[in-house]
Amino acid sequence: MSLVNFTSREITCKIVYYGPGRSGKTSNLQYIFGRVPEDRRGQMVSLATQSDRTLFFDFLPLDLGTISGFTTRFQLYTVPGQVYYNATRKLVLQGADGVVFVADSQARRFEENLESLQNLQENLLAHGVDVREIPLVLQYNKQDLPADLILTSEELDEALNFRSVKSYPADCLHGSGVFETLRGVSELVLRRLARKGPIA
Amino acid sequence: MSGRLHGPFRFDRLVVGAANRLAVTAARTVAESPGSVYNPLFVYADPGLGKTHLLVAIGHQASEINTGVRVEYLTLDEFVEAFHTAVAAGQGDAYRRHVAEADVLLLDDVQFLAHRREMQAELIRLLDLMQTGERQIVLASDRPPAEIEALDDRLIRRFAGGLVVDIARPDFETRAAILQRKAQELDAGFDAQLITEVARHEYVNVRELLGALNRLVALQAVSDGPIGPSEAVAFLRGAEAVEPGTEPEMGEPPAPEPAMIASADAGGAGGDEFGSFLSEVVATVADQVDAWRQRVAAAILRWEGEGYRTTRLERLLEAEIPEDPEPVLTQYEHDVSRLEELAQEATDVSSDLGGNAVFRDPDQVAEAEALVERARAGANPPPAPSPLWQFEELVEGGGNRMALRSGATVAAEPGTRYNPLVIVGGSGRGKTHLLHGIGNAIAARTDAVVACLAAHDFIAELIEALERDRVQAWRARYYRATAFLLDDVHLLAGKERTQEELYLLFNRFSEDERQLVFTSAVPLAQLEEVEPRLLTRLEGGLVVELPAPDREVRYEVAARLLRARLDIEDGELANYLASRPVESIRSLHGVVQRVVNAAEVKQVVPTAALARELLEGPAVQPPGRTRRMRASGVIVPAAGGVRNPEKMVWQWPTAVDRVIEEWR
Repeated sequence: MSLVNFTSREITCKIVYYGPGRSGKTSNLQYIFGRVPEDRRGQMVSLATQSDRTLFFDFLPLDLGTISGFTTRFQLYTVPGQVYYNATRKLVLQGADGVVFVADSQARRFEENLESLQNLQENLLAHGVDVREIPLVLQYNKQDLPADLILTSEELDEALNFRSVKSYPADCLHGSGVFETLRGVSELVLRRLARKGPIA
Repeated sequence: MSGRLHGPFRFDRLVVGAANRLAVTAARTVAESPGSVYNPLFVYADPGLGKTHLLVAIGHQASEINTGVRVEYLTLDEFVEAFHTAVAAGQGDAYRRHVAEADVLLLDDVQFLAHRREMQAELIRLLDLMQTGERQIVLASDRPPAEIEALDDRLIRRFAGGLVVDIARPDFETRAAILQRKAQELDAGFDAQLITEVARHEYVNVRELLGALNRLVALQAVSDGPIGPSEAVAFLRGAEAVEPGTEPEMGEPPAPEPAMIASADAGGAGGDEFGSFLSEVVATVADQVDAWRQRVAAAILRWEGEGYRTTRLERLLEAEIPEDPEPVLTQYEHDVSRLEELAQEATDVSSDLGGNAVFRDPDQVAEAEALVERARAGANPPPAPSPLWQFEELVEGGGNRMALRSGATVAAEPGTRYNPLVIVGGSGRGKTHLLHGIGNAIAARTDAVVACLAAHDFIAELIEALERDRVQAWRARYYRATAFLLDDVHLLAGKERTQEELYLLFNRFSEDERQLVFTSAVPLAQLEEVEPRLLTRLEGGLVVELPAPDREVRYEVAARLLRARLDIEDGELANYLASRPVESIRSLHGVVQRVVNAAEVKQVVPTAALARELLEGPAVQPPGRTRRMRASGVIVPAAGGVRNPEKMVWQWPTAVDRVIEEWR
């Protein structure tokens, strides 16, 4: 996949929402899906288990129309968060132009966040991509939960954001921070238009 | 800097879009190197699209790059007025000089040249002066030159000789970017959605667009809170309400509209979330794509302006670019530099070769290198033997047999037998004929390149090559030959440099067993001022003498000449002519020619008797006469003593005439 195709005048951005299981990746896509006019979005593909856990991945195509002469499309993916679906995660990650790491702000999920972040780094490396090179933002979801259950953005930044990328507090169920996150990662991805090709 | 330069009009305040990219790039180029490219630069556009901004930005930038640059900005009316005032004050020439000596002259509103013949003529003079002095002139008009009424054709041609560019109406993205920037400058705090809505309307020009923004700023100032997109649109349309989906004048609908409506309907925390997301994406993409394309477009403009083909860069714009275009641009520039070097080298080899189109196409560096290589190797062939002198036409006799047989051997086996072959003989004996004959015989062989020329030409060529610093190319021209034949090598006496070159050439040809043939009118042993190293090499080959033609040769030559000239077979005449004592074939040609001419005058066929009468005089004084003194004082020798009958007076005046003569 190519980020910019000057022959067909297309820009296609693949953005992958990554993170531990039940951190809210699919919720991000569902919220976005609900805010995008019908003629701008494709069918959201979601393969989930009976308990609403993502079995394979979610896929939401967005058609942003013609921008500067380029037909611009965004493809939003989520990965299954469960540890045993790593092969799928790796597959989905292939060719990603940007990554949103969705962390669960609950204090009890702290370790899972760390593991998932390490797993992201490993899987990117498997595709020959340095995590420092790829557009990456962090989203601290579930900030709407009682304060005694969660870590603050500052605490999560301290713990997870050692690369000092942009981070966004969010409440995906109600939409807070969802589009801010998408805008953040999109900007990083698009800023690379004139410089880099696909990451893998 | 002088003239009226508006402070805020600078390049960094120009929003560049598809509509003005070319003009801005050209303007930047001009500002960076005034007078060297695009001179004159003529910018035209409808009013309010940024012509003046562009002109003034050029002035600012040129002054910033080089503080010593004098920039003059004038509208045409100001120019006319100032000029008329100067003329009235008797300072017309001084003002003309003042303007013409500006390093950058920015002339705005030149559409007012229409029907002003006097000022048009003045502008032509000014253009010529400035171009001659490599001073930049930039003109702006609201229409292209050809549409300015009654504009002198010479001006149109001069404008076309530089660069004529237009600025079109800004497209949606550019309008949005302009509004965004202006809103930021005014600290208006409009959200992206409002900007998008306003930008959707196709304003006639940028001023109108900014006017709309100013009205919205004023509206916001009197409103309680931020104004929304719908309110803004309604306000700009007057009191007319906006009905979604029924907006006939809102121009081309870019992406956001349906999204915005949908978002608005959706309500909730986000409101216009997707719309504003989209606006940001639009702005980011526009920035990035434009920045990338701008770099490439600027490069195309620059190199096109310098006469290079930019196919590769154009492909770059069209093709899929997985990486930074910088390496491609760098490689392109590198190739252009290489072409410049090659073109220079080609020009050195041959003045007209440098103009070859291959040196203007960076995609053909390999071809250019091959072309130069061929030129270096002497693509310009050396002088060939004259086809007038064929070996078969030589007449063999006892005297010249050795020379001719040697020549035939050399022609049959060049480089392997007699190398060099040196033919020595007096003038007119057929050395040149033999040399060229050998040359033609060798040249008939496959792949043979025979250089055959006279020594004086060889010397003259070397002198010219030295003058033009093209000795290498000159050498190459001969070094590629497979045989080298030089006539009158004795003329190299005292020509030290030519001898040196011949020495080098000699060695190279000898090593490669390539044939060398020389002729000399002077026996080698008698050659003076010829370097021993060369002389010994000449003597080291086969030196054959070409003697004066013997009777056998003379007879055959005379017979051939008679056949060729008169188509007659006259053995007696040929025999008589052959009996004449001549030192060379050339002399024999002269004798035959005299006989033929005499016969033509008398309108008779030449015969031996005629030839004898012509060449020996009418016969025949009575034998036994002795030399005696005549009454006239002329000493008359005995008949046998007449050496030149032509110089004798055979008809004398009568005695009566002589008496009268003496009596006088």
